[in-house]
Amino acid sequence: MDSVARPFDPRLLRQVPSTRRDVVLLGVLGAAVAITVVTAAAALARALAAAVELRLDPAAITGFLLALTARAALTSGLGVVAARMAATVKASLRADLLGAVGRRGPGWLAGQRAGELATLTGRGLDALDGYFTGYLPQLVLGVTVPVGVLAMLAFADLASAVIVLVTLPLIPIFGILVGWQTRIATERQWRRLSMLGGHFLDMLSGLPTLKAFGRARAQVTAVREMADRHREATMRTLRIAFLSALVLELVGTISVALVAVPVGLRLLGGGMTLTAAFTVLLLTPEAYAPLRAAGTKFHASMEGLTALDQAFTLLAAAGGGSAGGTRTAPRGGVIELRGVTVAYERTTALRDVDLTIRPGERIALVGPSGGGKSTLLDLLLGFTTPTAGRILVDGVDLAELDLDGWRRQLGWVPQRAHLFADTLAANIALGTPDAPRERIAQAARAAALGPVVDALPQGLDTVLGERGHGLSSGERQRLALARAFLRDAPLLLLDEPTARLDAASEQAVVSSTLSLVEGRTALLVAHRPALLAAATRVVRIDQGTLHELVTA
Amino acid sequence: MSGIGEAAVRGMRRDSVMRRVLAFAYPLRWRFVGAGLLAAGTEAAGLGLMAAATWLLATAAGQPPLIALSIAIVLVRALAIGRGVLRYVERLASHDAVLRMVTEVRARIFAALVDRPPARRADALSRMVSDVDAVQDLVIRVLLPMAAAGLVAVAAVGTALLADPAVALVLLAGLLVTGVALPLLAARLARHGSARLAPLRAAYAVDTVDLVHGAADLAAFGARPEYEARGAAHADELARVERALARRSFAVDAAATAFGGVTAMAVMITAMSRGLPGVWLAVLAVATLAAGELALSLLAAARKGAEIQGSLRRVAELLGEPAPAASGGLPVPDGSVHLRLRGAGVRYRADAPPALHDIDLDLPPGRRVAVVGPSGAGKSTLLALLTGAITPDSGRVTAGPAPAQPTVPGAPRSGAGGEPDPPTADADGTGADGTPIAAFDRERWPAAVTGLLADAHLFHASVRDNLLLARPAATDDELVAACRTAGLGDWVDAHGLDVRVGEDGAELSGGQRQRLALARAVLADPQVLLLDEPTEGLDPAQADAVLAAVLAHRGDRSVVLVTHRLTGLDAFDEVVVLDGGRVKERGTQGWVRAHGG
Repeated sequence: MDSVARPFDPRLLRQVPSTRRDVVLLGVLGAAVAITVVTAAAALARALAAAVELRLDPAAITGFLLALTARAALTSGLGVVAARMAATVKASLRADLLGAVGRRGPGWLAGQRAGELATLTGRGLDALDGYFTGYLPQLVLGVTVPVGVLAMLAFADLASAVIVLVTLPLIPIFGILVGWQTRIATERQWRRLSMLGGHFLDMLSGLPTLKAFGRARAQVTAVREMADRHREATMRTLRIAFLSALVLELVGTISVALVAVPVGLRLLGGGMTLTAAFTVLLLTPEAYAPLRAAGTKFHASMEGLTALDQAFTLLAAAGGGSAGGTRTAPRGGVIELRGVTVAYERTTALRDVDLTIRPGERIALVGPSGGGKSTLLDLLLGFTTPTAGRILVDGVDLAELDLDGWRRQLGWVPQRAHLFADTLAANIALGTPDAPRERIAQAARAAALGPVVDALPQGLDTVLGERGHGLSSGERQRLALARAFLRDAPLLLLDEPTARLDAASEQAVVSSTLSLVEGRTALLVAHRPALLAAATRVVRIDQGTLHELVTA
Repeated sequence: MSGIGEAAVRGMRRDSVMRRVLAFAYPLRWRFVGAGLLAAGTEAAGLGLMAAATWLLATAAGQPPLIALSIAIVLVRALAIGRGVLRYVERLASHDAVLRMVTEVRARIFAALVDRPPARRADALSRMVSDVDAVQDLVIRVLLPMAAAGLVAVAAVGTALLADPAVALVLLAGLLVTGVALPLLAARLARHGSARLAPLRAAYAVDTVDLVHGAADLAAFGARPEYEARGAAHADELARVERALARRSFAVDAAATAFGGVTAMAVMITAMSRGLPGVWLAVLAVATLAAGELALSLLAAARKGAEIQGSLRRVAELLGEPAPAASGGLPVPDGSVHLRLRGAGVRYRADAPPALHDIDLDLPPGRRVAVVGPSGAGKSTLLALLTGAITPDSGRVTAGPAPAQPTVPGAPRSGAGGEPDPPTADADGTGADGTPIAAFDRERWPAAVTGLLADAHLFHASVRDNLLLARPAATDDELVAACRTAGLGDWVDAHGLDVRVGEDGAELSGGQRQRLALARAVLADPQVLLLDEPTEGLDPAQADAVLAAVLAHRGDRSVVLVTHRLTGLDAFDEVVVLDGGRVKERGTQGWVRAHGG
């Protein structure tokens, strides 16, 4: 929370170096705005003083309008730079976050993290707009404008400058003090408040359950009563919370009175020119305005700062070496696992495993779920690296190989393939986007997907919904097989291709799997006897250890 | 462009959206009038402070006797303090009024949702909660600033009119540009901007899902660079559009500021040419500038108004539904209800395949049916048809009294084979199809059919409150007995019934959460008990034990079980395999064994 409450996160400059230039630009523009604020006020003061004497001062009026226009343009420029910064930071953080996924590999994305990352990258970062375009420019002006105003005031009327100088710090000080008081007061009510506030969402989320037990209508009154108690509790907090706004407002307006009245009295005594007096009056509120604006926008920008903090935390967690080396992968050699152990935080997935896969062998992996079968496939895919031991491909350590090149030799059929929001053809041709149309259709037919494609009005050009919405799990699995057919890779890794399928789909998938593995090296996780028939060896994995069952 | 078409529809309906939402403000109108006057008073005090201070200085320069300034001095001090105090009171008054309004809106939306089919996605729910908050924004951040600025502008023009009509006219023209034309332009730009950004953001969200959830597939097939490039192209396009929109929006801000200065000088020069006294020339110029700044706040209000348009429309849609009628319908048959699905189909979206297609199912009293299949096969939809949460888009879901002969209560499980084929069963049964279940009293239907459903929710309340939902009159002994059946007995003995379970059961373990939901279903004790993956999150041994205990508790009353596990299904009369919304297979008791599950 403390790191979030800072008005500017210095990690930003490190993570997105291009923002350094923008920060400098913001400073320069902020200084320029301060100059135009002072110039406009001085010119207007002259024009007003002339008008009081019923004189028209065209030079002063033109000067004022020019300075005001420049000020408006520069302030907008400040906003545009801030908006550009927001857009750049978002695009850059998005690329970094998604790049981290690519660098660290799918293994890094276990469970919760995937959802959090997708939400943060997608919509979460949009909350930065409020911070950058609303708060940051005011923060810059909150530094430059008071400096400019004070310099001019010191020149026009030292006494007024002193009043402003003394009262100006009251804004941040009172802001912090009242904010602190509010927090103490609200913390007492926080549990109660958040309970009440969450109640509506709780009731909405539970509506199906209420309906299932015939209790929904009875709850309408409860919702109204709860909302009313929420209002009372909220108002008790707001009475204190709005005090901060009251103080910020009062400091600004009372300073105007504090400055205007003595200046008026000095004018009365003839100790001051009217131009100087007007300059002081017009400039005084300008000194407080940006700090007040920043204060009112700080809470609205908290969400953006939280998203930023979340992004940096994720990126820091993603630091560390990328997987894989640079050596070109040898083709079609023997693959050896030597004393491989894979340990996670709480469990050991594989324990000191030795396995030799010779070209042309089809090894079936059997055993209870959670025994380590999928981990073995993940190792060969490079998604997981051994905690101990080595994997050798034709005598070369897998860790030294260029992973992309190595993976080009693999055909993978996962338990549940991800389907992309794209056409059926593009989903089959994953990784080989320029595959000829005929070969894609061939692969689809080989995977028993032909009838499915024919039944669709747009055939292979049918666009699948998000995450493959619209395909049954059997069709999904056949699409994954079609990918492997098109890939035409020498080593196949199949992870229970027939799990969770009904009998009809299973038959289709089994027969196309059998034709797929024909003549290739394959590792297949399998339960069904039909698939085991295709294996040359059967290996049982249980609690992380390996037992050879049959050697053909 | 679909954006334009959508905008036209929105424009057409904006009136009725506002009418429906603001109808909730009507009973509180005096509070809102008061808040509006206080807001106007606040702004007027700010404007008056600068005007009075200017008058003070301009007059003092003529070196009159001090007494001539005393009123102005008092006024300056009073306005300086008054503005802050007024602002404070105004904010409290307006928030109190709007929270009262939101209370009613919430209650009404909840009531409207009671009669709606359930929303399936959690994010739709939290969106609904933030949509209701848009009502608050509409009042506090759009309507009140507009009302305040409008009142102050009218007062300012009126005051100028007293001085000179020509001056008033110039002021009015200036305020119309900065306070009306530019805010309208800003709102238009904001609407146009979100119409352009929304599809880009949606496309990018899909890219993100593909890159994150499809990370393994992309890595294995070396397709990551291609998809990363696609995502980056969308992100860059998004950034480009955002920058372009920001430039336009800030240009409007700059125009408003500059035009405010032009108006002030025009007012001053006009007043001079009309021969007004020198002191008043300065006061008018400064007051006009202050009024121009007030108009700047209207730009923010206009943008906010455009931003919350979508939320308000969704709220208004719900508010527009007729108030839910008092519960009614046929009395629910007690004792032995016979449910039938006949060619039932459900289609959630017109452009997607049906969630269920042509399903037949016969549930005479005492029958136990297990429904298996992969996720997304339509299992939970099938249960929703039986609870009446959704009505079939084709076919019929009916309930009738039990037929006289076909099944003998007490011995349903002895007849292996039975009648697996519902149409046959029906043909030799009563022949009558029964009554569509939608015709029964919805509030009382759960007495006939309910259970543990896929979206079972635990409320942020005590264990007791969560259980009592199912049977408000249950005694503590009955509650504990239900917990014991669901395998939660030891836990309840240790912790009691008054423990709070946290948000949706967050303070329980996954297994405890599931068992508590199951205990609630057991406690409800309907004629037909539905169980949607009742043992999810329990390890296999516990799962079998808990399921056996619940089935034993049910005795010879009906159970419909949805599961992906194939163990323990021997106790069921029929197993139905669903995939892609269709019945792939169905069989009687021996089915599981024959399929080597």
